[in-house]
Amino acid sequence: MAGEKKPGEKAGAEKKPDKKKSGEKIPSEQKAAPKAAGDKKKRVKKHHASRNPVLARGIGRYSRSAMYARKALYKRKYTAPETKIEKKKKEKPRATITKPVGGDKNGGSRVVKIRKMPRYYPTEDVPRKLLSHGKKPFSQHKRRLRASITPGTVLILLTGRHRGKRVVFLKQLGTGLLLVTGPLAVNRVPLRRAHQKFVIATSTKVDISGVKIPKHLTDAYFKKKRLRKPKHQEGEIFDTEKEKYELTEQRKTDQKAVDSQILARIKKVPQLRGYLRSTFCLSNGVYPHKLVF
Amino acid sequence: VFKRFVEIGRVAFISFGPHAGKLVAIVDVIDQNRALVDGPCSGVRRQAMPFKCMQLTDFVLKFPHSARQKCVRLAWQKENINEKWAATRWAKKIKAREKKAKMTDFDRYKVMKAKRMRNRIIKHEMKKLQKMASKKGKKPEKSEKPEKAPKPGK
Repeated sequence: MAGEKKPGEKAGAEKKPDKKKSGEKIPSEQKAAPKAAGDKKKRVKKHHASRNPVLARGIGRYSRSAMYARKALYKRKYTAPETKIEKKKKEKPRATITKPVGGDKNGGSRVVKIRKMPRYYPTEDVPRKLLSHGKKPFSQHKRRLRASITPGTVLILLTGRHRGKRVVFLKQLGTGLLLVTGPLAVNRVPLRRAHQKFVIATSTKVDISGVKIPKHLTDAYFKKKRLRKPKHQEGEIFDTEKEKYELTEQRKTDQKAVDSQILARIKKVPQLRGYLRSTFCLSNGVYPHKLVF
Repeated sequence: VFKRFVEIGRVAFISFGPHAGKLVAIVDVIDQNRALVDGPCSGVRRQAMPFKCMQLTDFVLKFPHSARQKCVRLAWQKENINEKWAATRWAKKIKAREKKAKMTDFDRYKVMKAKRMRNRIIKHEMKKLQKMASKKGKKPEKSEKPEKAPKPGK
């Protein structure tokens, strides 16, 4: 209760707020004066004590506007100096662009607006949505990685065309998928993405400490490409242009670059190459929940 | 019919319960189902234990009934039960089973390769012996036939 608090405590609580706030809202330190004197005299002169006497805790004698006058803030208006970079950066975005006139009235040029007015206004405005919090888009989600999966771990792929194959884990990509390689020479699995959930992590690890993975191997590099610009020709609507996957030279060079480093390390471990060549399978009497991977 | 008996000093192997896998010595019999048991060198405190969870081993120690732990320990160390136990087939089988359960995927692959190689060698030798045996069988057959005919005739 307020009555119970000692006056000494009150004073102590009030002295806590920052020096900079002195005189503004809360009546604060009276110790400001001697403290500033201790500072460099060159810099700032002694700070004045609070010009707003306290009536009760949190309540000053003078109003905001009265304080403005008392502190002579009308004389003290500061702006930050404009740096050279800011001066240079004052380029406004282009509003219009000039394009050549083509077609019938060829020749000459016309001016076209870049940001056009909307061509449609709905009759009813969209109602305001309620605020929600914590609903992030996929790009901002937190990516987790199982503790058993570290760079160099041998993984067993469970789905996809390479199911059952044992593969070396390289790193986790931005979307959370795992970058994985056969290596190609060993089991025909190229640099590929794999999903963490559809993979068994074994306890066998290859030492990949010095291996340098090219930085351009990201999700965008591996994403499936889809071309769709039929130009309104109704002939064969369902004929997608890139049905067959074509191997590019860049993929080959990247594969070579990574695999050469990894193969050297695989050869050091006896029987590892044969292990990676084999596939995982279950047989009678083998129960996955009882196996130690 | 029965070779191992519950007696004072019998070393038993605990098969289930909180002390599963440890060896104890029977110090005294409490009633039909329980015994006073002590395992100073195997980390089992002196306690009552039902016979059901004990499996008798071949080892017997010499100490009087209700002997205190110190005596049991001395007898145990004198007989060197821990080493003797580790040398028995029983203990070795247990160890092998544990190892097998701990095998990783890579280990299983290596075992498979080793087994295959071994079996191939064995098969190879077998085939060799079989071949030799069949050859031996054939040769004396050819030479015996003309011999056999006159022999029974004699």
